[in-house]
Amino acid sequence: MRIAISHQSEYTYDRDGGTTVQALRLSPPRHAGQSIEHWRISAPGIETAARYTDAFGNVVHLIASNGEAGPLRVAAEGVVHTTDTAGIVGLTDEAASPAVYLRETRLTKPSAAIAALAQSVHVHSHGVTDEMNTLHGLMATLHAQVAYEISSTHAATSAAEAFAGKRGVCQDHAHIFLSAARQLGIPSRYVTGYLLTDGADAEAAHHAWAEALVPHLGWVGFDPANKTCPTERYIRLAVGLDAAIAAPIRGVRRGPGAETLVVTVAVRQAGEQAPQQ
Amino acid sequence: MLKKQAYVAGGSPEAYDEMLQADGTPRPQYAELTRWLEGQTRDGFRHKQQEADAIFRRSGITFAVYGDAAASERLIPFDLIPRILAASEWRFLQRGIEQRVRALNTFLYDIYHRQEIVRAGRIPAEMVTGNSAFLPEMMGFDPPRNVYAHIIGTDIVRTGAGGFFVLEDNLRTPSGVSYMLENREAMMRLFPELFAAHRVAQIEQYPELLRQTLESVAPAQCDGDPTIAVLTPGMFNSAYFEHAFLADQMGVELVMGSDLIVEDGALFMRTIRGREQVHVLYRRIDDDFIDPLNFRADSLLGVPGLFDLYRAGKVTLVNAPGTGIADDKAIYAYVPEIVEFYTGEKPILNNVPTFRCAVDDECTHVLDNLQDLVVKEVHGSGGYGMLIGPHASKMQRREFASRIQANPSNYIAQPTLSLSTCPSFESNGIGPRHVDLRPFVLVGDQIRITPGGLTRVALKKGSLVVNSSQGGGTKDTWVLED
Repeated sequence: MRIAISHQSEYTYDRDGGTTVQALRLSPPRHAGQSIEHWRISAPGIETAARYTDAFGNVVHLIASNGEAGPLRVAAEGVVHTTDTAGIVGLTDEAASPAVYLRETRLTKPSAAIAALAQSVHVHSHGVTDEMNTLHGLMATLHAQVAYEISSTHAATSAAEAFAGKRGVCQDHAHIFLSAARQLGIPSRYVTGYLLTDGADAEAAHHAWAEALVPHLGWVGFDPANKTCPTERYIRLAVGLDAAIAAPIRGVRRGPGAETLVVTVAVRQAGEQAPQQ
Repeated sequence: MLKKQAYVAGGSPEAYDEMLQADGTPRPQYAELTRWLEGQTRDGFRHKQQEADAIFRRSGITFAVYGDAAASERLIPFDLIPRILAASEWRFLQRGIEQRVRALNTFLYDIYHRQEIVRAGRIPAEMVTGNSAFLPEMMGFDPPRNVYAHIIGTDIVRTGAGGFFVLEDNLRTPSGVSYMLENREAMMRLFPELFAAHRVAQIEQYPELLRQTLESVAPAQCDGDPTIAVLTPGMFNSAYFEHAFLADQMGVELVMGSDLIVEDGALFMRTIRGREQVHVLYRRIDDDFIDPLNFRADSLLGVPGLFDLYRAGKVTLVNAPGTGIADDKAIYAYVPEIVEFYTGEKPILNNVPTFRCAVDDECTHVLDNLQDLVVKEVHGSGGYGMLIGPHASKMQRREFASRIQANPSNYIAQPTLSLSTCPSFESNGIGPRHVDLRPFVLVGDQIRITPGGLTRVALKKGSLVVNSSQGGGTKDTWVLED
């Protein structure tokens, strides 16, 4: 599927003169099921940005703006080709070792309730975990138990808090999934990306889900918010141990005045033209 | 006159006396000093002590003690009698320390890359990747020259019959080197005749060697002369004097986070001459606080994006973030394994036997023997949050036992070591006091170990706690050349 994406973030400040430093994880990777026709990030200072590949395989651009007036616009746009791999991404080329994906973070620290959830979905025989059945069970149970409800949680809500409240958005579903999977010793990670939906729902177009490392298959995606493994409608952007680490834009601003952020994400099918050049 | 019998060897029967042999005669390296001491008067020393205090006060060398509102800044007590190491003792220590820091740097490279030591089953993965001192963000990065810990202060004690043991490796931001340098300068002014009578190895080249070490690890992208800066958390930090002192001695800028800015994908400092790019940052701020964009968001001490610049090869951070995993007190128990694994050699310097409360059997042993053990927090430093079993009251031990039970993996325990003693001044003349040794190691294009180091002395009679935050003092430390 050929998918066109436009992801705009506009930061406005009610007073000028601050400094902003932002780390952008806005470069979708190439891997089985996903190739990039073209992609472009525009942001002030992007030409001179410090660029590197982080431990999780994300390309990072570090940009800074020191006291420039006016709104700060960060845009990522391009065309990506996808094929349906039943959610299997396979082994990806990152520095972090599998055991790293068992680490607890503040956002994914399990509560007793999450530990109980993990045990309830654990499928095993003779002491050997059946990862695929366990993870599918976890996805289905989570989908049934945690309602999708916009604005019920915020960016800093932890898995334990969201699970206690039994509602949340895709970020919360993914965090609870990671927390439970890691409890069972299954390395797992947070994925942020885009989703091609039928409506013009901007909230849903900017999506997040989970991936778990399954023997013989490599990384496999699970989207508990939609109770499905990712299809050709999913575009992977960045990964990490949780939403804070995988955030497409992470920034620190120092200076006067309040900040307002408007994010616009448009994801549409771009027809079947051959890639240019 | 100071009478010979005023000094009795050893603090306790089992402690090694640095100066006197079992028969009461001085060890060869102390022969000349012993003769000299006998010729001095008590009044003369009292006078010299006042002079020494005046020197330190003038230099501004102070130390802030946390939790002590009445004296937030004070002089660390300085003892006039030097601690002397024979050339052969030093050669042994030097070889042992070099082997150890080489192995620990290789260990850091390995655990932030392929983790061969974990694959080989020599250290459980949980101890490494599950450790809170492990920094996943460092994985896959090649720091210049593959060096992570550039500036190290290895804590060494001598016990029993005279064997040396490594107590702690201190690979994060060890302090104390300014005291080593100031102590020597003061001694040379107070007692020039002693330096005429001994061949004492020089140490005053340390700041120059530190500068060379820092320059040698500049990012590959830096093609001219690298610019170095020292990053301090500010004047309220206990080691602020040292930060200012080292910057001054190296002739580089001392900066705070607010003096640094990220621009055009590089790090710059604001100076009186304008904006200047920084290539190597000797940071004296803990990992958690260096970068609010990547680590603790509430830190006002650091620079947002500093870690990203480091990973992009735009600036070198010294020491590297994530070195704490190698001096974590739980990993410490594995250092002999680590040395053997990476060097193929037996460790030259031994570890102190260590019980890990994270392991059930070992925890039970610790709880049953608290009165004989020293218990430490795994991530603690500076003598804070520790229990000295033999010196603690029953109540303190009970209270500590419940802390261990609540969070066992946070504690390790070691036998109470009878640290060696060195003659030191006390109200009645000279008495034995327990000492340790912190040699300072620099790792860059080569490994450079300054002869001697900082001797810390527990000035209270019988005390085993040498930390300056807990009332310890310091001595000048001599390595005699052959």
